[in-house]
Amino acid sequence: MKHTLVALVQDKPGVLNRVASLFRRRAFNIESLTVGHTDQPHVSRMTIVLDSDNTSAHLVEANLAKLVNVIDIQDVTNQETISRDLALIKVRVDAAGRAEIAQLAEIFRAKIVDVANDSVVVEVTGDEDKIDGLVELLRPKGILEMVRTGRIAMVRGNQARKSTNGHYNGNGNGNGHVTREVGASSV
Amino acid sequence: MSKLAGAQILWECLVREGVDVVFGYPGGAILPSYDAMLQYPIHHVLVRHEQGATHMADGYARASGRVGVCVGTSGPGATNMVTGLATAMMDSVPIVAITGQVGTKVIGSDAFQETDVTGVTLPVTKHNYLVTHVQDLAETIREAFYIARHGRPGPVLIDIPKDVQLAQTEFEYPTEPIHLPNERLLEKYVPQEYFARAAELIANAQRPLILAGHGILLSGAMDEVLEFAEKTNIPVALTLLGIGSFPAEHPLCLGMMGMHGGVYVNEAIQNADLLLAMGMRFDDRVTGNLKTYSPNSKKIHFEIDPTEINKNVKVDVPLLGDVKQSLQKLTPMVEPKRHDAWWQHLQRAMQEDPIRDVLDWESPDGLMSEHVVHDLWTATEGEAIVVTDVGQHQMWEAQYYLHNKPYTLITSGGLGTMGYALPAAIGAKFAQPDKEVWVIAGDGGFQMTMAELATVAQEKIKINIAILNNGYLGMVRQWQEFFYDARYAATPIFSPEFTKIAGAYGIPGYVVDNRADVQAVLDKVRSSPGPALIEFRVKMEDAVYPMVPAGANLHDMIKREKIAQPV
Repeated sequence: MKHTLVALVQDKPGVLNRVASLFRRRAFNIESLTVGHTDQPHVSRMTIVLDSDNTSAHLVEANLAKLVNVIDIQDVTNQETISRDLALIKVRVDAAGRAEIAQLAEIFRAKIVDVANDSVVVEVTGDEDKIDGLVELLRPKGILEMVRTGRIAMVRGNQARKSTNGHYNGNGNGNGHVTREVGASSV
Repeated sequence: MSKLAGAQILWECLVREGVDVVFGYPGGAILPSYDAMLQYPIHHVLVRHEQGATHMADGYARASGRVGVCVGTSGPGATNMVTGLATAMMDSVPIVAITGQVGTKVIGSDAFQETDVTGVTLPVTKHNYLVTHVQDLAETIREAFYIARHGRPGPVLIDIPKDVQLAQTEFEYPTEPIHLPNERLLEKYVPQEYFARAAELIANAQRPLILAGHGILLSGAMDEVLEFAEKTNIPVALTLLGIGSFPAEHPLCLGMMGMHGGVYVNEAIQNADLLLAMGMRFDDRVTGNLKTYSPNSKKIHFEIDPTEINKNVKVDVPLLGDVKQSLQKLTPMVEPKRHDAWWQHLQRAMQEDPIRDVLDWESPDGLMSEHVVHDLWTATEGEAIVVTDVGQHQMWEAQYYLHNKPYTLITSGGLGTMGYALPAAIGAKFAQPDKEVWVIAGDGGFQMTMAELATVAQEKIKINIAILNNGYLGMVRQWQEFFYDARYAATPIFSPEFTKIAGAYGIPGYVVDNRADVQAVLDKVRSSPGPALIEFRVKMEDAVYPMVPAGANLHDMIKREKIAQPV
């Protein structure tokens, strides 16, 4: 069964490294991990998808909670969520075939965002099943290149996963992220 | 407000954390801090290798309950600390390691003696920091000590670039309470509703057993465990690191469990209908084959770390939190009980104890390590702090030196770090200068860190060293004997004359090769004012019994063959 965890983490250099290192060290099998900014300064949000047949979701959650830089973590699997994936798919197609691609794209509410002599780039957003469906239809045409963001998720309704208490920001590090940690990669 | 350099702020903060001794080794990138140290009431112990510094901080922490501190320079100084950090991580020991780093301007340029130390130590520390602004230094140090000792303790490393040590800022020691970003998350993992369920399981149990681990010592819950066990009349089995958490000679104490635990202890675990695991983590060395582990028992797990719950063994009732607080809450909820049938069963099983059997043996074919440890226990009346290395002698210590008091056995359990004993004992002596401290090491492990004899000599500290020399890497040899048809690949080990090595440092040395001389030499060494080393030349091919082969069922133990004793 697939589990979706949503984590809020401090936006500091090295935090992604800590999370990735944890998964590697504990041999946790992660299907996807996306990271991005939130509406709050110094707070990033991670969406983690894992297959709980291989890896206990509870253990992943508990291990993340032990990382000092993690502000919030929740398993949203059993909640009403909106989950989205975005894909850019470059398809080999000549002028004659473009119309068919455009038609497919329309059915999937996808967009053609680039057109060249012998290819187009399709942008599609949706849950993973929908994107998988479009990919399967495009595959026979010849997919030259594809990139997917991995799942992001948000619980429906007015419940918010936010850092309600900002005191971690003032925690000893001036504005919250002056002390640089580990490595060069910023979350 | 006065301005201080980062190097001064470091010591200002350490002094405020109650630190009066640090174990370290200077070098280029940490030089400004060493220069500033002279202004502060800190005793610096110069080690001979940074691994020794980490083990000393570790031994200091285990013997005192305070945070141990070690200091080193960048690059090799810091990488030499990795083994000690990993040792402390596995055994939940609170230490803070301070390392110098190359200047912030050249980080990432492969500068001289540059290593990505926070990267290297990430998996072997509870948390680590690279401080790039001197304004952050004070709060970072304060937070590091907090993290090291808070919750499940562990090692924290602070990497301080040279220019941050030199930069000046206004220093004001922060006083507001520390709030970690994840603190409320860990609170979330403390549902308190399981106590009634635990009390019910205890009331209904016919064959209950307490598994006492290191967490009891870390929590200081010895009195609470004693009160609970006496009230409920439940027998107590100890993990290796749990030794000292419950008095070994208490009638409720069964002794050590696991790979080299008592046969009847392991059988009690397998036959129990309720296990109360207190501050222990079901390590593979105590469970054996997980599929057959204690199959008919309900399990209550007293554990502070949520990631340990259901990690190895599925439990019925997790009591998350500090074991001391959990017991303070649970003990009033349980009724006094007797378990007569269970105790009769256990006492019958105890009659057949292969560990105690050998104490009466004559040993015409050589000095037995078991006897040396037993005689040391007798001579010290069980009151010494014993620091062991890793291997056969470590298991014999655990079997034959009965510890009634907490914090008196210091040993590397989880990581099994050879070379641990001598430096850890030095740290323990600084923590407990009035206590008698003994090193028990093998000839192999001792040679890994024996350079620290120089530290003993330079610091003029009184520790006693017992080397059980059997000419082999004994535990590995034992595995080769049992599981590799006695092909002794790379286990015979040459040793120098240890007494001469000791002599070169001005430390008197003695050789003992028969039991009749043991007592006299122990007495002589104990009554002398300075450090001393005794090399016990013991039987070469003795094995630690009983033994659960790795991964085997806990109840399937290899036992010592009964040997007819010469009359």
